[in-house]
Amino acid sequence: MNIWLIMLAGGLITFGMRFSLIYLFGKFQIPETMRRALHYVPPAVLSAIIFPELLYQTDKIDLSLGNTRLIAGIIATLVAWYTKNTLLTILAGMIALVILQLL
Amino acid sequence: MESRKAFWDGVRAEFPLLVGVFPFGMIYGALALNAGLSVPASQLMSSIVFGGSSQFVTAQLVHEAAPELVIILTIAVVNLRHMLYSASLAPYLKDLSLKWKVLLSYLLTDEAYAPSILKYEKEGITPTSHWFLLGAGFSLWFIWQISTALGVFLGKAIPESWHLDFALPLTFIAMVVPILKNRPMVAAALSAGVVALLAFSLPFKLGLILAALTGIAVGTFMEGRQ
Repeated sequence: MNIWLIMLAGGLITFGMRFSLIYLFGKFQIPETMRRALHYVPPAVLSAIIFPELLYQTDKIDLSLGNTRLIAGIIATLVAWYTKNTLLTILAGMIALVILQLL
Repeated sequence: MESRKAFWDGVRAEFPLLVGVFPFGMIYGALALNAGLSVPASQLMSSIVFGGSSQFVTAQLVHEAAPELVIILTIAVVNLRHMLYSASLAPYLKDLSLKWKVLLSYLLTDEAYAPSILKYEKEGITPTSHWFLLGAGFSLWFIWQISTALGVFLGKAIPESWHLDFALPLTFIAMVVPILKNRPMVAAALSAGVVALLAFSLPFKLGLILAALTGIAVGTFMEGRQ
């Protein structure tokens, strides 16, 4: 097994995918429907990352009050909703998690 | 000077994500070494591939002695979501030189994408706004190299009880909540979240891609009906 070959090929493919549409869309017009659809990439991707981080604990969905990351995440969401402040949101979530772990 | 300000704005916006990424970099470094990769291979994967999840999976598969082609294809599938980011940022980067496009593409990770696209969607672009993405992307790259090195040489030195990794989902929460301004946005976020949960057990982060595509479809459909 050649680890360097794996890394070079994997790196090239990864770069190619990151570069692909940035390059192509410089050459061609983006269709209007696609342009509209692309507005939904940020909320879709971010929630798709957030939900499992909060709800999946030790490989299963945990909806109980004992899921400290879920409770801390909900608190952070409320703080984000009312303050729209990144730093406050992160602080509230981290502090909530530490306190909940101590309980 | 405008460009320097945009660069540092990018670094600042990236900062909470750096806190969350640091322990991951250390865990990766320690894990890669344990999986049997050499010190230079463990370290250089962080700059050659530069994609957290795909590096973890690669280390695991190398450890299991999986065939080379399987590992390469796995890296491709795990990193497939970057094509979405590439498409999403493309309209904002289309007037840049090829050199800039190559550099920013290399630095395009989940964590560089998120603050940058939100900034561009909110404020539009200026002749120097690509420096924001450079600041976000480069600071993440830099911290990823450093944390990998510390993981390789010291092992996992940050205690898990610190929960620093939780800074990542928290930062994403702080980013997503303010953009949920209308029903299509909320519907996109909720449907993507639910599908991400249901499809979480799919391998290679395919659940994430499926969830993102669902959210995009639902949002676009709702917008069309309004």
